[in-house]
Amino acid sequence: MNQDARGAPASRRRFLDWLLGTTIGGLVVSVLYPVVRYIVPPPASESAASSVTLPFTAQEVAPNTGRIFKFGSRPGILVRTPSGELRAFGATCTHLGCIVQYRPDLGHVWCACHNGHFDLNGRNIAGPPPAPLEVFAVHERGDQIVVGKGT
Amino acid sequence: MSLGSLRQRFTALGPWLESRLGLAGLWAVARKKDVPVHRHTLWYYLGGMTLFLFVIQIGTGVLLLFYYRPSAEEAFESVQFLMAEVQFGWLIRSIHAWAANLMIFTLFLHFFSALLLRAYRAPRELTWLSGMGLLGLALGFGFTGYLLPWNELAYFATRVGTQIVGVVPVAGDFFLRVLRGGEEVSGATLTRFYAIHVALLPASGLAIVGLHLYLVQKHGMSVPPGVERSGTALPRMRFFPNFLLRDLVGWLAALAILAALAAFLPAELGKKADPFTSAPAGIRPEWYFMFMFQTLKLLPAHILGLEGEMVGVVGFGLAAVFLLVLPFVDRPGQGGRLQPVFTWIGIGIIVFVIVLTYIGYTVSPTK
Repeated sequence: MNQDARGAPASRRRFLDWLLGTTIGGLVVSVLYPVVRYIVPPPASESAASSVTLPFTAQEVAPNTGRIFKFGSRPGILVRTPSGELRAFGATCTHLGCIVQYRPDLGHVWCACHNGHFDLNGRNIAGPPPAPLEVFAVHERGDQIVVGKGT
Repeated sequence: MSLGSLRQRFTALGPWLESRLGLAGLWAVARKKDVPVHRHTLWYYLGGMTLFLFVIQIGTGVLLLFYYRPSAEEAFESVQFLMAEVQFGWLIRSIHAWAANLMIFTLFLHFFSALLLRAYRAPRELTWLSGMGLLGLALGFGFTGYLLPWNELAYFATRVGTQIVGVVPVAGDFFLRVLRGGEEVSGATLTRFYAIHVALLPASGLAIVGLHLYLVQKHGMSVPPGVERSGTALPRMRFFPNFLLRDLVGWLAALAILAALAAFLPAELGKKADPFTSAPAGIRPEWYFMFMFQTLKLLPAHILGLEGEMVGVVGFGLAAVFLLVLPFVDRPGQGGRLQPVFTWIGIGIIVFVIVLTYIGYTVSPTK
């Protein structure tokens, strides 16, 4: 191309290149943006419930045992201590998110995935968990057990 | 039409196709291809073996799609149906599961042999990078495929595996949500993993395999530095048919091993996943993730004020980056001598993986 010698067409060529480039760039972005937004899941509606009534009665939980319950969309664990007290925690391990269980032989809460131990106050006492379990408040209303956020 | 004219037409088919496809040039290139013969030639068979197992995975994977249903309500039941009712359903699924394990195993051997024999030296940096990409894809295949039967073991392995992504500093939470399709591992995670496992990974896998094979053709087989130093001219073996026939023997052996494993140790299904039960004791991931799993288990809660698992995850990430850039770091020193430190690093990695895998399988799960 020898349009350069004529002056004007060279800048026209540059302008057209720029126009083409930005058009292609815009096209790519306008395709990619919806795709990326599509892949990101919509925000889940936070469970409005700040307390739940458990589907089992206080008598059904023997001393030195634990049971998993649904706290909204998340799992919780209800523990009856060897002395007969009811305690409830979030059952999601603070290490890598497994669901914990009550170990009657140890008398405390344990996570099978990476061997994390929590005492009966939910505190991380051994193994890799870096933080304590979330503690729920337990209320007994007659036979029913109501578990709520906060202590 | 008489038999004679039919034969005439048939023999005319060759030139007819050739004039349209023009493959004679390709065939000429293929005939020229040869492989150096020396004491490490055995390692050259592992890439082809991995490719063979990958092809088996595609074949059996397509067959599994005929019955599999990707939803939290139906996935487990559809696999149960496949195993119990469908003729040879157990065989197809068992071969898919076993070939996956064998493929990862031969891939690891292929990777470690390329690492120790320093096959990544110039001009094969891109071959190494594409191979590392394929290793990542294979692990992604294993991780996503593990969840699809929607059983208890898979459910918790996925909870932990995705949570590891969440531990990554800054963008972890975002990627955790994208990977899980929400806050928790749920049916949304299953459909995502399904899409990744049967569409995204195979498509990108085939593309990268194509690039990897092209590069291997272009540069030929890498001769290990130790053999190269000896200076003698190496005998060479024709690829067609000598090397390929040896390949075929290996593939037949692999097929026999697969059939035996599938028949005597069919893939298990276990219990259906329940997001509201405790993780069972003895929970563990696939064997090729065991060394990472065990490392995370052994790390203390806090290291120098940082959360232990974050240190572990970032550490593995840095190790992966190191392996990726290895061809650009491992430059020959003065006089073209290779630096022995990289051999020791390679051996160190292998020892680490083997020792932690061993601990993972022998330590009592309840301690």
